[in-house]
Amino acid sequence: MLKVLKSGFYTSVQDLGRFHYRNKGVPVSGAMDDLSVFKANTLLENDVADAVLEITMTGPTLLFEEETYIVMAGAEMSVTLNNQPVKNYKIYQINVGDILSYGNLESGFRGYLAVKGGFKSKAMYGSRSFYKPLTFANRLMDGDVVPFEYNKVFRPKISEIKVDSFLNDTLLEVDKAPEFFMLTEQQLEVLFNTEFTVAKENNRMAYQLDEKLDGHAVSMLTSATLPGTVQLTPAGKLIILMKDGQTTGGYPRILQLSDKAVAILAQKRAGTVVTFNLG
Amino acid sequence: MKLPSIHIKPFGEHAVLIQWPNEVNEDILNKILQFETILKNKHLKGPDWEYVPAYNSLLVVNKEVTLEYLSFSKQLQDWYLNMGDIVPFQRYLWRLPVSYDKEFGIDLEEISNQLNLDETEVITLHTSHVYTVYGIGFLPGFMYLGGLPKALETARKDTPRMLVKKGAVGIAGKQTGVYPQESPGGWNIIGNCPVPIFDASKEEPCFVAVGDQIQFYEVSKAKYNLHQIEVEVGIYKPEKIEIDA
Repeated sequence: MLKVLKSGFYTSVQDLGRFHYRNKGVPVSGAMDDLSVFKANTLLENDVADAVLEITMTGPTLLFEEETYIVMAGAEMSVTLNNQPVKNYKIYQINVGDILSYGNLESGFRGYLAVKGGFKSKAMYGSRSFYKPLTFANRLMDGDVVPFEYNKVFRPKISEIKVDSFLNDTLLEVDKAPEFFMLTEQQLEVLFNTEFTVAKENNRMAYQLDEKLDGHAVSMLTSATLPGTVQLTPAGKLIILMKDGQTTGGYPRILQLSDKAVAILAQKRAGTVVTFNLG
Repeated sequence: MKLPSIHIKPFGEHAVLIQWPNEVNEDILNKILQFETILKNKHLKGPDWEYVPAYNSLLVVNKEVTLEYLSFSKQLQDWYLNMGDIVPFQRYLWRLPVSYDKEFGIDLEEISNQLNLDETEVITLHTSHVYTVYGIGFLPGFMYLGGLPKALETARKDTPRMLVKKGAVGIAGKQTGVYPQESPGGWNIIGNCPVPIFDASKEEPCFVAVGDQIQFYEVSKAKYNLHQIEVEVGIYKPEKIEIDA
């Protein structure tokens, strides 16, 4: 078991997501930056779908009640293991009673904690990703426990990897989405020549951007959306749906972020800038 | 019916969107569901494919592979044109109890005044029509229902409520529906349905599918309470009637 002594700002269990219920209105969910999770699970020789903790902005304080191995990934945060500094993308062996404590956020926005064999909170409809009301909560609270399997025998092939960090990337690769062709010359000009600022309205459901395009009066029938879909509201606001985003929407879908662009955006906090690049 | 033409649009690395003519009508919805059925059962089988139908469109998405848009859309067009006349798929009419009691129907009085109907007329109109499920989205189990009688068309509330109760039955514009969970909402609330449209304690959490039909019927507050208890102890079975597509 992992005991959550302090939960931090927003800490949740996530895996690759929940599929086959989108036609019932259930978002995919899953790790916002799945590229970082992939690296952590690979280093631990886990299944890529093993569940991790997603740690947003201000991290938790965690007590391990079993022996295991861990890897941290994603955002750079100052983290200590029993008061000794530890770093991302390196395997640490954990003993009973060890305390992992997250400090300041240095770069990026979402950190990940992977454990050998993955966290084993209850799977609902094929996924352990937190999403209320399918799971009991959206995030962990002080005192919660998260199960994982004791492991003492793991002999890692490699103990550390170097990664090409994309935490400071600002360019989001995009494709045209279904309503792209409604855009005027003027809107296109702004869309591809503006440094957009991430608004304070940003979370696992959606990221809004501060700068606007010209408004529009295009009305459409509700239709499917995806994580990474960029919607344009009648007032000209850009909303980028993320992993917990709704599965259908009535706003025109003008762009679709690449998988990597979703991961890049997931590492952005309010006030940082991004630009769109049409592939 | 003549086969309506489709447009297939790229939608990122893993998906395409198939669009039918921009209309809300049952014939188009039937074609969408027939095509979904044949893709699911014949051409694009397997756990990596997922389909999201809504109104006049069908999302086809694969969670693993990157789709080659040009060849894939050609292939889809070909399958569509050759899918044949009838692909059977079972659809149901669900009969859902609603209490229009004052405790739940918090906007009923205002709506009646606005529409120049008395409250029983609003209830009669709302329960006498059969609604088609054109989509499920926005929230888990939130149904987009078409077929609201013209006499019940109202504007949304000027200021959305911060909190609408789970089960609240609302009307707004040309739509009616049930809030499947507590959420903010701007629809006019006229009653409450004790049957959860989305229930995460069930193996299949949402009994309704796109293409099904819904009819509401009025129950007393006492009957509402009874159904609520039946739901809680797990013995309530939603009432369904098979319908021919």
